[in-house]
Amino acid sequence: MSAENKVKVCATPKLRSFVPILHCPGCHYGIIIRLLCENIEELGIEDRTILLCGVGCSFLWPVAFNLDCAACPHGRAPAMATALKRIHPDTILITCQGDGDLGAIGLGCFMNALSRGEKLTTIFLNNAGYGMTGGQMAPTTLLGQVTTTTPGGRDPRTSGYPLHVAELAAVMKGVAYSARVSVHTPANYQRAKKAVKVAVQKQIDGIGYGFVEFLSACPASWRMTPRECLAFIDERMIAEYPLGEFKNVDRID
Amino acid sequence: MAEKILIDSNEAVARGAIAAGCKYFFGYPITPQSEIGEYMSRELPRIGGTFLQSESESASIYMLYGGAMSGERVMTSTAGCGFALMGEGISYISAAEVPCVLVDVMRMGPGIGTGGGQGQTDYRLATKGGGHGGYHCIVLAPFSPQECFDLVQLAFYLADKYGMLVMVLSDFIIGRMAEPVELRALDFGPVPQKEWALKGKGKKGGRHDWLFGGTSYPPRSVTENVPGYHLHQREKYQEIMAKEVRYETYQAEDAELLLVAYGSSARMAWGAVDIGRAQGLKLGLFRPIAVWPFPNKELKEAASRAGKVLVVEDSIGEFVDDVEFAVLGQVPVHLLGVWGRHIPGSQGIIHPERVLEEVKSLL
Repeated sequence: MSAENKVKVCATPKLRSFVPILHCPGCHYGIIIRLLCENIEELGIEDRTILLCGVGCSFLWPVAFNLDCAACPHGRAPAMATALKRIHPDTILITCQGDGDLGAIGLGCFMNALSRGEKLTTIFLNNAGYGMTGGQMAPTTLLGQVTTTTPGGRDPRTSGYPLHVAELAAVMKGVAYSARVSVHTPANYQRAKKAVKVAVQKQIDGIGYGFVEFLSACPASWRMTPRECLAFIDERMIAEYPLGEFKNVDRID
Repeated sequence: MAEKILIDSNEAVARGAIAAGCKYFFGYPITPQSEIGEYMSRELPRIGGTFLQSESESASIYMLYGGAMSGERVMTSTAGCGFALMGEGISYISAAEVPCVLVDVMRMGPGIGTGGGQGQTDYRLATKGGGHGGYHCIVLAPFSPQECFDLVQLAFYLADKYGMLVMVLSDFIIGRMAEPVELRALDFGPVPQKEWALKGKGKKGGRHDWLFGGTSYPPRSVTENVPGYHLHQREKYQEIMAKEVRYETYQAEDAELLLVAYGSSARMAWGAVDIGRAQGLKLGLFRPIAVWPFPNKELKEAASRAGKVLVVEDSIGEFVDDVEFAVLGQVPVHLLGVWGRHIPGSQGIIHPERVLEEVKSLL
């Protein structure tokens, strides 16, 4: 084949910055970063997108994008995004938050942003534990799951029950879209990419809050190989956290 | 001369902010400053701005932080326990070096305090931090509605000039005191361009910015990591300490006893100087207008001339620590605090007569 006939079928998205992915081998965050880049490029909104990331492993995200980005304090991205969106209504605000950030310390901040019906998009990263701090229990940790703060496995009598954020978001009036997705297989990657696109489109169209929860592997804190993580998502996490759309409306009255 | 109207300081703060070009306000109701938010909720939509009532002061401070990242002038206001909730966010804002203004209208006491009575008990929190990690904020302490109107405008200018959060430290009496205010828009000169503002790279010729509030990522103004960051912060604070000292003296030149006070206590002390002078007592007043940076050198000189100092403040003693540090043991420093109130209770104040009584016991 001559050089002229070569077709590029795969490349680094141009929104990916020069900074290498800083996450552990087998972590799904790098895949989700790529998925976000592809969506923002395909939607043609890179000139007006602002990405706000939380504390935890997502703290490493802002430098991964050739976009206006900020790292937010723990759990506070929805408040900061609210202010930026109100001041610059023509921008597209996306928050990227982990399960400790959004589900624990920032749950109140998140729920109030939903309650106000902010025109924002949130990417919620559920890896069933605290990654950055070394594998402690998160609100999303599965029952019986061993973490460094549930050494005997999560016991609901002392540590409560797994938090279902996608279902919780769906009951809020101001939410236009809520879904749970995964990237542990190529088919799921395609479904996840579509979900994010729809969630961001709800903001572009001014309909309401868009929310996408990702089930994401954390080999380091799960003490598993990357391949074992895929099986854990398939067999254990999806059993607790079913994939799919929980809300998709084109109008909020 | 500009128009003069009779308004209280809470309204003067709100009007001053709008005069300074602030169109975005985020706040949570708490006595004795809820009137600031109420005024903003009426007026900002009329000028194309936004008022947003947050769900907590924790949210307010992060709306302020996010709002400051937009490059526009933004403000919040609070009091007492609400101010304490903002500590973490103030620290982040200081690290990220984004400009914004916070108004604290102090009320009495720790915990719920008096639920909204007079007090000057946020002084230490405002001037020494309250957030983690070590930082400074410029703190301006008005003592009249006119000064509230003027100093909030100055606060926006200084915030932009140095890239930081600037506080206006009011109190219950000042906040709810009405006087004629001249609505003069003040021009302090040009401020640095906010080319780092987050608004989408399309509006910045394709350039994007990454903003962080911490030392592990350098803020926009330095390229080194931790030591460089702290060196940069230290140089900035030293420049502010050299250039932004503000104070006022009254009858201090030949005073034999110097009263030192700020905010509402300075008004009581001012009255005591007048009454005392009429009785032949050589009293003077030294009033810091900025309580950070503190006028250490100037106060030390004035105190040394007088030979005796009486601090008047409506707390058990916070401001007095700064006075003692400035004077460095050269002259005796006495304190008339919250126990000196003529009328006890949450609405009580220290009257000029009570200040004079204390003065006479010292002369």
